[in-house]
This record gives sequence, structure tokens and C-alpha cells, in this order.
Amino acid sequence: MKYTEEHEWLRAEGDVYVVGITEHATSQLGDLVFVELPDVGDTVAKDDEIVVIESVKAASDILAPIDGEITEVNTALAEDPSLANNDAIGEGWFFKIRPSDASQLDDMMDEAAYKEMIG
Amino acid sequence: MTQLKETPLHALHVELGAKMVPFAGYDMPVQYPLGVLKEHQQTRAKAGLFDVSHMGQVVVKGATYADAATGLETLIPIDILDLGEDRQRYGFFTNDDGGIEDDLMLANRGDHVFVVVNAACKETDIARMKAALEPDLSVTEITDRALLALQGPSAEAVLASFDKRAADMNFMDVATLNLNGAEAWVSRSGYTGEDGYEISVPADAAEALAKALLAHPDVEAIGLGARDSLRLEGGLCLYGHDIDATTTPIEGALTWAISKVRRAGGARAGGFPGASQIMAQMENGATRKRVGLLPEGRAPMREGVPLFASEDATDSIGAITSGGFGPTVGGPVAMGYVTKEHAAIGTKVFGELRGKRQPLMLTKMPFTPANFKR
Repeated sequence: MKYTEEHEWLRAEGDVYVVGITEHATSQLGDLVFVELPDVGDTVAKDDEIVVIESVKAASDILAPIDGEITEVNTALAEDPSLANNDAIGEGWFFKIRPSDASQLDDMMDEAAYKEMIG
Repeated sequence: MTQLKETPLHALHVELGAKMVPFAGYDMPVQYPLGVLKEHQQTRAKAGLFDVSHMGQVVVKGATYADAATGLETLIPIDILDLGEDRQRYGFFTNDDGGIEDDLMLANRGDHVFVVVNAACKETDIARMKAALEPDLSVTEITDRALLALQGPSAEAVLASFDKRAADMNFMDVATLNLNGAEAWVSRSGYTGEDGYEISVPADAAEALAKALLAHPDVEAIGLGARDSLRLEGGLCLYGHDIDATTTPIEGALTWAISKVRRAGGARAGGFPGASQIMAQMENGATRKRVGLLPEGRAPMREGVPLFASEDATDSIGAITSGGFGPTVGGPVAMGYVTKEHAAIGTKVFGELRGKRQPLMLTKMPFTPANFKR
């Protein structure tokens, strides 16, 4: 698993990466009530705002962690945003992305570094 | 930075693991470990206990109840004089433009009027009352009492287990009860759309009472987050958002609260700030109105979202003043202002969210049925 400073996680699955947000992020956000996902086939650039999430408190954007193409989105999450609260790194995944430049992952944190960042 | 004030239940909130936030100058619990969604559902299904001690509790007293009531009627367009003993009524202070300075609850407690006002407005409210009413009347802020709210369908059974007279009270009744050994000034009212009580109790007895109430299996502590989603589903105004000094009671869809006797043709018509503007609007209508709005999609639309008559109209017809996810509705709910031409129930309007126009339907409030004991 790789982690970004924006509290996203990326897990390799064949030639794509599954992306979600961390348990730390969902506990800070509170109960999620709305998730708007990108379209499959979208070509996105790192730091594009591609997902909108709303908790009971506020709206936030999720940024594309890398350049690439969206290959799949978690429609179950759009139907039931609480999946992200209940199973952040499992059923609560957001989308899958095929990287156009896998070297962008090199700078990301591993689990130990992420845990150190969140204290 | 000014030091945040603490309510008599502050230590209990911390002990219960609440997430504390600054609110109206107080360090208040926004949620407990249960979380906003479950706290909301708990209150609709069983009972929730809220700390609302940050609100202002004020006793207005004269030689008689009638003296105090008559004095307050110069500031508030409500029939206070004929309010029955041990009865409560909703009202508001108006200003010279007919705007709402604060909304409040008034109770006839025999020899005085007991007034509960919003935390953020309490200093100006008390100054306003003192300036207008003293020295003929005394205006005393009650600072040695906490204020709790017990809300939800189990509230009656829970409170009656402390003092069975709680069950005899009807909606908007007030009574002095003995709760856990403390003298409690109780009203059967609240801010959730559910049956329930608001309980004024001596500060030094508040924590013990709160703990005794929480020991009941049907009661959980509820924070400000769920308080907001509950009142929004209940169609109840949040002062400073849905109504303020620039909105009149007619615009705010609160005309129902202005007592007949204070309206044009009534025995005590007018005599409150902004009476001519308010009466003219009651006669001719207002140019805008507060309405309930149900977004048709799943995305919550929050305060500030501009509203339009169509997908491509250039001029906005209003804006959302409160909005969010309604856990009981199971989707987004909102309220806001629209111009009178677009204020009919069933009208479709569009909110601009993240650059996209999304439809909302004007809907009767409350969004969830009120469960008051009438």
C-alpha cells in the first residue's frame, strides 16, 4: 500500500491501482452521506479534483493521486457512502486508475511513513 | 482570543468522549463517539439528551405577571398577556424595519415571564430588555442554572420515571418538577420535531441529573451536529441563518406566530418595533418567502447555494439558508428563500452546485412528521 499526504491509499491490482481514503480520513470527516465518482474512461491528471464527498459536516474534494485513466468506479459506494466509514481500505474503495507514469508512485509514503505523518 | 465559556456539563461531555467545538462563545459537544447519523436516529427512535445550557435563560418580573407581559409585548409581536399560566409560546424580538432580532420561547410561570433566547444573541437580547423595561420591571439573567433537552418518543416515559407529573404535561405546557432531587423548570417542547422536554436545573445538580437520565437504556447524549439535522428535518429555523435582522416574520414564514390580538384590527394591535412594516407585509404580502426544498439528486445543498428558476436563467431567485443530509428522510433536505413568484409548493427550482444546476422541489415542511403530544 502507498499513501498520499491527502490521506488516500493506493493498492496495486494487476496493472491498475485501487484508490480510497484512509480510516484516519473517514474518522475525521465523520459519517459520509454522498459520494460523486468520476466516469469510467476519464483521463485525469495528478491533483485534479475528481471525487466529491460530503459528510454530515461538510463537502470535500478527493484529488487524483497520479496521472492516468479511470478504469472502474465503486458504484456500491455511491449507493451507500457509509461503506467508506465502515471499511475504508476494503469495500469503501473509490475508483481504479491505470497509471500513465508509474514513477509518480515512487515519492509516496509507505504505511509506516503515513502513520508517522498522522501522529 | 477570548477564552471559551463552559457549561455545567462540560466535564461530562469530555468524560463521554465528545468532540468539542467552539459554538457561540462556548466549548460545546458537536458529536459523541456514536456519531452524528446514529445520534440523529437515536433521537427519532428513542431519546436523546442535549446540553443547551449555552442558551440564555431570563426572568422578567413586575408587580404582576400582567405587568411583565405587557412590558415584553412592546418588544415582541406575540400575545403574552393572555398566555395561560404554565403555558409556553414561541416568539421573536423585532426591529424598526420589521426584521427579526432573535427568536425565543416565552413561558408564563405564574408571577413572571421566563424567556429562553439564543446563545449568540443573549447579550444583546438582555441589553434590549433592560433598556426598554427597567426600572419598571426587573430583567434577570439566570446564570446558575443549566438547560438540558430530552427529546424523542421515549422522553415521556423516561422523565415520568423521575417525576410522574411529566406525563401529564401537554405540548407547550410548563411545570416545576422534582427531578433527581432537584427543582426543575420543565417545558414540553424542543427543537427536534419530536416530543420532548426542556429542563432548567440548578447548575450544581445538572451533572447528576444528566448522568441519571443517561443511565436509562433509551437515552444517549446527542451533540450539536445531530441537533442541526433534527431541527432542519423538523423545518425549524436556525437564527442567523434562516432568519435574521434583515428577514421579517412574513418573509420567514412565521406569520402564524404573530398573535391575532397583535395584528391589524386586534385589541392590542401593533405597539412593537417595525409594526407598520410587518402589518403592511401581512396585508400586501412579502416579495420573498422561506420555503422547504428537497434536492432531487443525492448531493446535499448547503447554506449559500444560489437558486434559479431554470437551468439557464441568469438572475438568481434566492438562496439556500440551511441544508444538508437528512438521516430520517434518507436524502438531502434544505430550506431557503425564493421570490414570491416561485414560492408555491411543487415549484421546481435549480441550485447551482459546483458549477452545475441541479433541481430541487419546493416542499411543505416539516420534512419528517412532527410527533408532539397535543
